[in-house]
Amino acid sequence: MTDEGKVTPLGVPQAGAAAALPASAAVKAPAAAKGATGAAAPAAEMSRRGFLSTLGIAWTTFAAACGAGAIATSRFMFPNVLFEPPQTFKAGFPAEFLPDTVDNRFKEAFGVFIVREQEGIYALKAVCTHLGCTPNWLEAENKFKCPCHGSGFYRSGINYEGPAPRPLERYRIVLTDDGQILIDKTKSFAYEKGEWGSPEAELKV
Amino acid sequence: MLKKLWEYTRNTQVWNSIFRHGPPDNARNRGLAVLTNVFLHLHPVKVRRSGIRLRFTWCMGGITFFLFLVEVATGLLLMFYYHPTVEYAYVDIVDLREQVPLGVMRELHRWGAHAMVVTVWLHMLRVFMTGSYKPPREFNWNVGVLLLVLTLLLSFTGYLLPWDQLAMWAVTVGSNMARATPLVGHEGPGASLLKLGDISLVHAGNDARFALLAGRFVGAGALLRFYVLHCVGIPVVATILMAVHFWRVRKDGGISGPV
Repeated sequence: MTDEGKVTPLGVPQAGAAAALPASAAVKAPAAAKGATGAAAPAAEMSRRGFLSTLGIAWTTFAAACGAGAIATSRFMFPNVLFEPPQTFKAGFPAEFLPDTVDNRFKEAFGVFIVREQEGIYALKAVCTHLGCTPNWLEAENKFKCPCHGSGFYRSGINYEGPAPRPLERYRIVLTDDGQILIDKTKSFAYEKGEWGSPEAELKV
Repeated sequence: MLKKLWEYTRNTQVWNSIFRHGPPDNARNRGLAVLTNVFLHLHPVKVRRSGIRLRFTWCMGGITFFLFLVEVATGLLLMFYYHPTVEYAYVDIVDLREQVPLGVMRELHRWGAHAMVVTVWLHMLRVFMTGSYKPPREFNWNVGVLLLVLTLLLSFTGYLLPWDQLAMWAVTVGSNMARATPLVGHEGPGASLLKLGDISLVHAGNDARFALLAGRFVGAGALLRFYVLHCVGIPVVATILMAVHFWRVRKDGGISGPV
């Protein structure tokens, strides 16, 4: 169609579309291209620049629409309703917890140990700080022991053996209006950040 | 007699509609036999003498592909018995082991998977040691790295499906790594900066780990997601990349030769 030797390659973004055109010969070498373009596309109804910019706008719009659709679709992977135990729950009245005991009742469903000391109650997060397994409370040995890699924690949650690099975390623990203990798993307190001193990290009784 | 039958068969319309070239008794027809076959055309038409030497390639790529086919076949059979639900997953595996005729299929699938990881690494080692990653094959090396990652992800997702204690905690531990993803993991670098006032935009309820597990811990949602990824998602992507990988071996000049 065109004289290949005289066609100047285009450096436009729409390379695929542009390559199919009779190329820029019409602009750069009018004499050579006159016959060719005249024969292929009689009386340009749309300028070359106009065609390319329309094409650019069309592709940009299409790509943006595809991108927006993909982002919207990714929301599909994040369900609104979870069939999991709630993040906050009432654990009963403080008087139900005997001093110097570890309560295992909320471990299975909520992943929480509730520990009652003489002067306070705190909720330990039952997730090992090594790799995230669930430690067990060993009453006879008076310690938490992780079955995965053998990390051990005192009743306070402080680590003392095995690979765990830091103490167990504590969840927010407060009293509700009706006097029950409320455990809030959306907020946790880390010993190494000095957060155990926070009034919500331990419930004074 | 047999020769007559062969002659007759080769002149039927059915035969000629499938094989559109003459008998492969000359170079042209042998080339056409490869080029006109959708499966063979991914493979180079010509292979160097050094390319078929076992000591050069170890046939590791080929063995890996063979093991992938074994995994597809045995995995498909396992899907006839396995339910990806908390109630049935574990007992289905026990059922396969104890009761199903040729339930050894499950062991084939498992050992095939282990073997595939080994052969993928050995293939990579061979390609590295022979310098076959160098131009013009550097693109194919990268496709290969993606395939390696997909192989490992196939192993990881398949690991959860037996739904025993090992599966449960291995995936709990493994998926905890996603918590440390930069920006999209709630314990990762930068995640604590993504805040609107006092509200964290990235937390345990919407980070990368959550998307993987469909929850805050390994539960029913995670089992189903891992099952779908293991049986459909990753194999489809791996198959497409494998087609590209084999095609590029051909397009980049066939199996590399000694310098």
